[in-house]
Amino acid sequence: MSDATSATTADRAREAELGPLARFLKATELDIRMLGMLGALVLIWTVLHFLSGGLFLTPRNLWNLSVQTSSVAIMATGMVLVIVLRNIDLSVGSMEGFVGMVMGVLQAQILIRVFGFSLGEPWIWVIALGCGILTGLIIGALHGFIIAYLEVPAFIVTLGGLLIWRGAAWWVTSGQTVAPLDATFQLMGGGPMGSIGAGWSWAVAVAGCLGVAFLMLNGRSQRKRFRFPLRPVWAEVLLGGVACAAILGAVWVANSYPWPVGIVRRYAEARGVEVPEGGLFIAHGIAIPVLMAVAVGIVMTFVTNRTRFGRYVFAIGGNPEAANLAGINTRWVTMKVFMIMGVLVAISAAISSARLNAATNALGTLDELLVIAAAVIGGTSLAGGAGTIIGAMLGALLMQSLQSGMVLLGIDSPLQNIVVGAVLVIAVWLDTVYRKRV
Amino acid sequence: MAEAASRSSVPLIDMRNISIAFGGIRAVDDASVDLHAGEVLALLGHNGAGKSTLIKILSGAYKRDAGQIFVNGEEAVINNPRDAKKYGIETIYQTLALADNVDAAANLFLGRELMTRWNTLDDVAMEAEARKVMGRLNPRFQRFKEPVIKLSGGQRQSVAIARAILFNARILIMDEPTAALGPQETAQVGELVRQLKADGIGIFLISHDIHDVFELADRVCVMKNGQVVGTASTQDVTQDEVLGMIILGKCPPGAIPGPGALKIAA
Repeated sequence: MSDATSATTADRAREAELGPLARFLKATELDIRMLGMLGALVLIWTVLHFLSGGLFLTPRNLWNLSVQTSSVAIMATGMVLVIVLRNIDLSVGSMEGFVGMVMGVLQAQILIRVFGFSLGEPWIWVIALGCGILTGLIIGALHGFIIAYLEVPAFIVTLGGLLIWRGAAWWVTSGQTVAPLDATFQLMGGGPMGSIGAGWSWAVAVAGCLGVAFLMLNGRSQRKRFRFPLRPVWAEVLLGGVACAAILGAVWVANSYPWPVGIVRRYAEARGVEVPEGGLFIAHGIAIPVLMAVAVGIVMTFVTNRTRFGRYVFAIGGNPEAANLAGINTRWVTMKVFMIMGVLVAISAAISSARLNAATNALGTLDELLVIAAAVIGGTSLAGGAGTIIGAMLGALLMQSLQSGMVLLGIDSPLQNIVVGAVLVIAVWLDTVYRKRV
Repeated sequence: MAEAASRSSVPLIDMRNISIAFGGIRAVDDASVDLHAGEVLALLGHNGAGKSTLIKILSGAYKRDAGQIFVNGEEAVINNPRDAKKYGIETIYQTLALADNVDAAANLFLGRELMTRWNTLDDVAMEAEARKVMGRLNPRFQRFKEPVIKLSGGQRQSVAIARAILFNARILIMDEPTAALGPQETAQVGELVRQLKADGIGIFLISHDIHDVFELADRVCVMKNGQVVGTASTQDVTQDEVLGMIILGKCPPGAIPGPGALKIAA
């Protein structure tokens, strides 16, 4: 009790010396890095919007951007844990290719020819995805075991994995592309059918806003329980308001992107609906892969912040020896992190192959570099011990924004690579400068 | 008098004939020490004498090659740090062994987090406990939200000590607890040691500072080249004699000689 009161008086005394910006940051407990990244994103979006003559900030482009980002964003959440643990995973792109092939062959050939499933049966996608996730888990466990228990450096194990799984992806069908995929499985790739429509999107938005409100109230009541200093009410309202506005805004954008005319016509014909004068407006709403990415983001944030396992990952990254002396089973934690990485790679593989409507052995080529870059741009320190899930997902969005923006501008792909590479180096340099000043 | 009483009871810790070798070098060679409740035993010796290694065997960081450890007269199985903690053995390492990137509360509870009903981390409860225990050790400490790397040496030391006493340790190992501290903080640690001793906790104190040791310790145990030179009550030997044990391995008449004592041709 006396602690809390003296803490508040000390805080107030310190607050009086701060400028208005610093006071604002302190009251809202916002992270400057995160604000910087959001600022960079806004800047990139605005510049691309004007350079492309107003093509970038349209519902259609933003919706596509969200779908394109989801696969890398999902893997980036796992890469955060891997890098926080002072490891690296160079094999995620190749694993993605291999797991994609496994799922493709399973649903398009094995389940139908060997097990006698008929085309389009609802269980096919469940079995395919389930087996894919299991495959990812097993590969991740194998990597994790070799790294944690046999003590081979992660760089080497996953460099080997990069070659092995790419080769294995080719081996599955001797290089043949598997297409088309199961109709239900395809929904994970987005598109007009792979979106949840306007009504459900609003429902998701409302649920999201209620979730934000619940988290804030819960946090306050928890801190009240021990009479800790609370955030000022205005700061809470402001933060909650901004979060809800962001959710509602994103859903509004997704709901402003209509189905293409041709698909609307076919849909109307199939349902026997008259298409009115001026066309029928059917909104996409949130795409299923985006919903999956958001769900993964929430689960992974929960795992890192609220579970013992997440705490241990960060503690090991901060000081492996201390974690070991504190009685943490560091090897098992390492193995689990790579298992999680494997599962996330499988989910991403499902999304990317569904989006292509084909499983190819080249699926996910060079994705490992995009994933690592997303995590690092998102503030994950390669020295270990620091990183956030939301940061990595924003990093993935930032990279994807640059890439699709440059496609809109008609920039040649070699130049695109040059820009992305330069941005990565500059982003990390800025981060280094920032960390030194703090 | 009190000394005699505690000596007759079963020792809290009894390490017998401990040996460990690293690649042919016998870091600890047939060493035996014991520690009683409410007693401070100082382990002295040069760098590389084997003090820290011996103590790391007790805390589970190293696995011994030979020897036995008895806790309260019963043989203990200590193969890793978790085992040691089960016996109430807590260690404050010379390097402090803190996870630099997380805050004080997370460090205090590392490996033994408080959980909510939903099996999630109860950060608020941990912070409350941290505020309580830190309030006792270092009342001016307020930086609960910052990663411990941003704290001063003394503050980090208090976090390390708080972690050791938070869980009702029965045996406390302090490896150079005052190496990083200024005079005032050193005095604080001394005060704390007395307080813990009064609570009946047995303390292994590893230190270079022989002056410090004579003020705090009941007995000294000197090691040289991995072997125990001798053990003595601080009342029975002078500081010069202990220095002689450390440097020459010469065991004075007031001490009980160990296997490492200089054999004088006589």
